Amino acid sequence: MSSAPGGAQRPTGPGGPPAAGTGPADLVERLHDDPTVADADDLAAELSAEERPEPAGPVANVVIALVVVCLGVATVVGSFGQNVGSASAPAGGTWPFLIGVVLTGLGLALLPLARRTADAEKFTRASLLVVAGVATMVGFVATIGVIGFEIPATALVFVWLRFLGRESWRLSIALSLAVVVAFYLIFVVALSVPIPHLF
Amino acid sequence: MDLAPVLDGFTVVLEPTNLLYCLIGVVIGMLVGVLPGLGPAATIAILLPLTIGIDTVTAIIMLAGIFYGAQYGGTITSVLLRLPGEASTVVTVFDGYALARQGKAGTALGIAAIGSFVGGTISIVALSFVAPLVAGFALDFGPPEYTALALLGILLVSTISSGDRIKALVAAAAGLLLATVGRDSFTGAERFTFDNLNLADGLDFVPIAMGLFGLGEILHALEERHHAVRAPATVSNVWPSRKDLRQSSGAIGRGSVLGFFLGILPGGGATLSSLAAYSMEKRRSKTPERFGKGAVEGVAAPESANNAAATSSFIPLLTLGIPANATMAVIFGALLIQGVTPGPRLVEDDPELFWGVVNSMYIGNILLLIMSIPLVGLFVRILRVRATVLAPITVMITLIGVYTVRNSVFDIGLVIVFGALGYLMKKLGFDPGPLVLAFVLGSLLESNLRRSLLIFEGDPTGFLTRPISGTLLAVFLLVVLGPLLSRLLARRRATSDRPAKEPV
Repeated sequence: MSSAPGGAQRPTGPGGPPAAGTGPADLVERLHDDPTVADADDLAAELSAEERPEPAGPVANVVIALVVVCLGVATVVGSFGQNVGSASAPAGGTWPFLIGVVLTGLGLALLPLARRTADAEKFTRASLLVVAGVATMVGFVATIGVIGFEIPATALVFVWLRFLGRESWRLSIALSLAVVVAFYLIFVVALSVPIPHLF
Repeated sequence: MDLAPVLDGFTVVLEPTNLLYCLIGVVIGMLVGVLPGLGPAATIAILLPLTIGIDTVTAIIMLAGIFYGAQYGGTITSVLLRLPGEASTVVTVFDGYALARQGKAGTALGIAAIGSFVGGTISIVALSFVAPLVAGFALDFGPPEYTALALLGILLVSTISSGDRIKALVAAAAGLLLATVGRDSFTGAERFTFDNLNLADGLDFVPIAMGLFGLGEILHALEERHHAVRAPATVSNVWPSRKDLRQSSGAIGRGSVLGFFLGILPGGGATLSSLAAYSMEKRRSKTPERFGKGAVEGVAAPESANNAAATSSFIPLLTLGIPANATMAVIFGALLIQGVTPGPRLVEDDPELFWGVVNSMYIGNILLLIMSIPLVGLFVRILRVRATVLAPITVMITLIGVYTVRNSVFDIGLVIVFGALGYLMKKLGFDPGPLVLAFVLGSLLESNLRRSLLIFEGDPTGFLTRPISGTLLAVFLLVVLGPLLSRLLARRRATSDRPAKEPV
């Protein structure tokens, strides 16, 4: 969605103007002349001074397009498992069949654009943080039914603060305990939500 | 027009509970607008579980407050820190921050607040008159019209969304596909449930919206390296001078009207209208060179427009049952949870809800005008709370919140799956907005399509022979083919220009 400050090529949509310049100054100039919503989003990201990874290459774009085609084909196949019916007698499979055809077509349309689009980002080492984040949540949902929400929740908040957020040990421990106590008081004591809990 | 239901609406709003939730909504909205990161759609999605226990009118009043409150909040950070909290306040940065650097931050904020108030109010008044008309017109709509309308709505939202158009359409198709999971409403046969009992009743809207918008955005932000927030400009003398007011009054008026109309269009909404209002003011100004260097009109026009649009985008939702943008899709979902299906009958069948929500916007706008300026200092302090601290708390609210909706651990798993999907989509350039919107409209679209085909006995040209559905489909084709044609023309022009441009 955004480009590195003063750096890489800006993404171009099909039919959009060629990616002329980068950096906030150029974006501002373009917004003055011919504003689009995508430019506004880009500028919002630029201005918030967050660094996003570089765009992924054409190979990744081809893979994305193929995944979309596969999803479309799978949907078409799946709709035959229902009953595709006909235009005069639509059945359960008619609508999924149409969606599958459209998806396949859109996936194929993405293929020739693989070289020109730059709106997909590269997976970097920072992406491992996301994997870790998802893993804590999966751990949470896997254990909540067995040991209640308190311990998994404390662990989740602690990991996010200390290891994903690089906060200090003291703040991480104190805040993770405080958050869980607050949640316990709100959901279990005050609202008596039947969430699995230990105490 | 019968005024009794309108006045009844005011009595609904003035009930203490509703007033309280309106206040809560606008305060949360302002906070969200101030904090960059989570947009209004994400916040409303995360807070959906809050609406379960409370009355429908009250719930929607609060959610609406979050939406238009966010437009106010985003302005504050745009002006003071050059950080637009929302995409819809991006253009405010140009002149707002320039004014702040000249020591006129107060003027910019004051003008923005007044412009937002005027824009919102003009839009509400217009909404009060237009919405019943549209609803009355739509009462005659049959399945073909609804099919065409839903298709057009999804297409427009995909076209105008940020990012690649084809990818947005892929997201929309995926949303339609997800909507088919579960029992077929016509035959009762199970579709795409993979023999999972939890999927037999279909996917629930709440985990999808919370996952894609909420968790997806939080995960996506994990990859970012955050920089220290700049020290904000000091705010003094909030009340704009008479000269500033005179200078910007035209811009406020024009911005409000433009915002109102762009907000009604599917896919229009606050961002597009603020951009359009800014460029319109610059074009018709006698001194366009002042823009970007601290012109009050450059703050007044987009701020009036984005608030007017935020308000008027309720019209298609409340009168046709077609959400015009991602945030409206989430509010649509909230209404469905409450057992209310928005549509043309809403104004007549449920006037308390309709007028209660519409009139709450008057109150909300007044609350915002009163609060936004004195609270500036507080908001600047809130900005110092680090994203790394907010993220795990938001994650916990999401995971526990989604459980409370149906008391289902399966839904926690679902919200995580859609969170991961939302991250991947954002990462790979797919806007999740069209997916959620298409999911919400999916079953409506399918059942109306099937009903239409039965009416037409399988002849799809039947759509074209009915005036309204025919017109809507013609617009649909225009939107699909328009960009292709213009690209072809541009290419032809480029090839014919080339010899002239390249002298030997």
